[in-house]
Amino acid sequence: MLTYLIRRLILVLPVALGVSIICFLLVQIAPGDPLTAIMPVDATAEEQDAMRAAYGLDKPLPVQYAIWIGNLIQGDMGRSIATGRPVAGEVFGAVKNSLLLAVSAAVIAFPIGTALGFLAGYFRDTWVDRAVTAVSIAGVSVPNYWLGIVLVIIFSVNLSWLPSMGAGPGGSQDWSWDWLHMRHLVLPAVTLAVVPIGIVARTVRALAGDILNQDFVDALYAKGMSRFDVLRHVARNAAATALSVMGLQLGYLLGGSILIETVFNWPGSGFLLSNAIFQRDLPLLQGTILVLALFFVAMNLIVDVVQAAIDPRIQRT
Amino acid sequence: MTKLVDIQNLNVCFKGKRTVHALNDVSLAMEQGETLALLGESGSGKSVTLKTLLGLLPPKRTQIDGKIAVNGIDVMSLRGKALQRYRGGEVSMVFQEPALALDPVYTVGHQIAEAVMRHKGVNKAEAMSTALDMLDRVRIPSANRRLHTYPHELSGGMRQRVMIALALACRPRLLLADEPTTALDATVQIQILLLLRELQKEFGMGVIFVTHDIGVAVEISERIAVMYAGQIIEEGTTREIIRDARHPYTRGLLAANLHDVARGERLNAIPGAPPALEVRPESCPFAPRCPVAMAECRAALPPVFHPSDRRRVACLRAAEPIAAE
Repeated sequence: MLTYLIRRLILVLPVALGVSIICFLLVQIAPGDPLTAIMPVDATAEEQDAMRAAYGLDKPLPVQYAIWIGNLIQGDMGRSIATGRPVAGEVFGAVKNSLLLAVSAAVIAFPIGTALGFLAGYFRDTWVDRAVTAVSIAGVSVPNYWLGIVLVIIFSVNLSWLPSMGAGPGGSQDWSWDWLHMRHLVLPAVTLAVVPIGIVARTVRALAGDILNQDFVDALYAKGMSRFDVLRHVARNAAATALSVMGLQLGYLLGGSILIETVFNWPGSGFLLSNAIFQRDLPLLQGTILVLALFFVAMNLIVDVVQAAIDPRIQRT
Repeated sequence: MTKLVDIQNLNVCFKGKRTVHALNDVSLAMEQGETLALLGESGSGKSVTLKTLLGLLPPKRTQIDGKIAVNGIDVMSLRGKALQRYRGGEVSMVFQEPALALDPVYTVGHQIAEAVMRHKGVNKAEAMSTALDMLDRVRIPSANRRLHTYPHELSGGMRQRVMIALALACRPRLLLADEPTTALDATVQIQILLLLRELQKEFGMGVIFVTHDIGVAVEISERIAVMYAGQIIEEGTTREIIRDARHPYTRGLLAANLHDVARGERLNAIPGAPPALEVRPESCPFAPRCPVAMAECRAALPPVFHPSDRRRVACLRAAEPIAAE
């Protein structure tokens, strides 16, 4: 198991390098000049060149990449063109907020999705199954930004129960675990949880249904096991696949919440990303995408390792 | 002494998109420690009989009538804890595909120990030592090491030995074996058959051995019951069935055997296919395929003849000393 872990960790290195190159190039391919966003319209060609040289944008691309990656290894992600603040601080503050939102959504979605999926799989082809299927299809299909707006109208505008914007009272950026802050989390987390509820429920339903149809379930009953024992066996069999789906969902939740963060003005990575795009803030854009991508890589690694740990059929060497 | 198995007029009917009359008026009796082969082709109701004996059929889609007593226990009235004690304790089962019947994510030792803990009320360590003892008894080499392996790490023959160890771990009075050698190589088949025969003598339990292979049935059993279309059409000792088969279907099965066939000669297959059983048979179900059928065969169910004690044939022509071939 330890050698497997080490091997997987080593394999991550080339992936991370590839990810960094793609992050760097993608941003370069995009049209538009970052300088136009920060320079006055009447700036002379000399002034523009000077600014370009100051940010190192006049050098050839491979050199720019080498400088960027060299600084990155030392923990320096450059400075934001728009604000002049260090990118690292901005990105990690935002990713922390996004992680908070993503994990909260996961904490809501995974148990509910698993429970619904198990029920549907156990009572396959009954009204329970059909109801769960309807709920999960609705969850996956409803545009969640629209749902977010609807929830805001109901719970913020009409009922005034929950705030609709920001991550703390008065636009505060410092998170703490009290109700004043947590009430800001409720609506975005619930909205974000709807899609993974549907996906997890459908996955678990298919898994549970398939496993319950296997011969070994009959064999378990035949040796005198109770219904509860059998469900324990089914859960253990489904765990590896279900957990891998959940791990990837967590990755999507972190990177894919741009719309939700925009709707709720949540100061997370998605919010930061959309600002960086509109301001053509290359260092910030590269840094944010890289951190999110590396998080996804890490998530994949964790999923693989956990899967190998619970399913004996997966090669561990 | 109470009969080990006493099935009376058992009818099993599956409801659903398609109705299937899987068992029609099956009666069957076994003495303690007897080995009976249930012989028949696919869909003749052999496996359904076994599953009914363990109460494994899905209650919602199945309609069961009749009486089943195992060792005096009324199986159909068992619910909850009593049913769990009966399954695996009184009666246990060896499945056809050991690769599918063992849980892939638990070690084989754990799976045996689980059953032992449930039935004997012992702790995990004692249950594991019972499991080890059972693996030894089914002649698994270096059992100590195999105890902690997963099913996919074992060969088909080893898996079936584990399945047998699991089934016998709680010393059942009756072992149900559902084509336990069908999924195995020919050489391994023989080993498993011999093992089952030895263990049967050692443990003294009764065995119902389901098979479609008449050679296997002869090898393992003292008695043979031949099933066709959800009915037992002929029953007798193995010797009686081999020497003096009365039902044309049994004769067909014997003739279809590969022994004594010269190279190049056509095999003696029974023409046609068994009926679909969407309706309950009202006449002899074998009549459409029967070489010696008469008009009366197609009019009503044949009467059951009892040529001797515990011997029966459900055929109009069974009374004739030698039916026309």
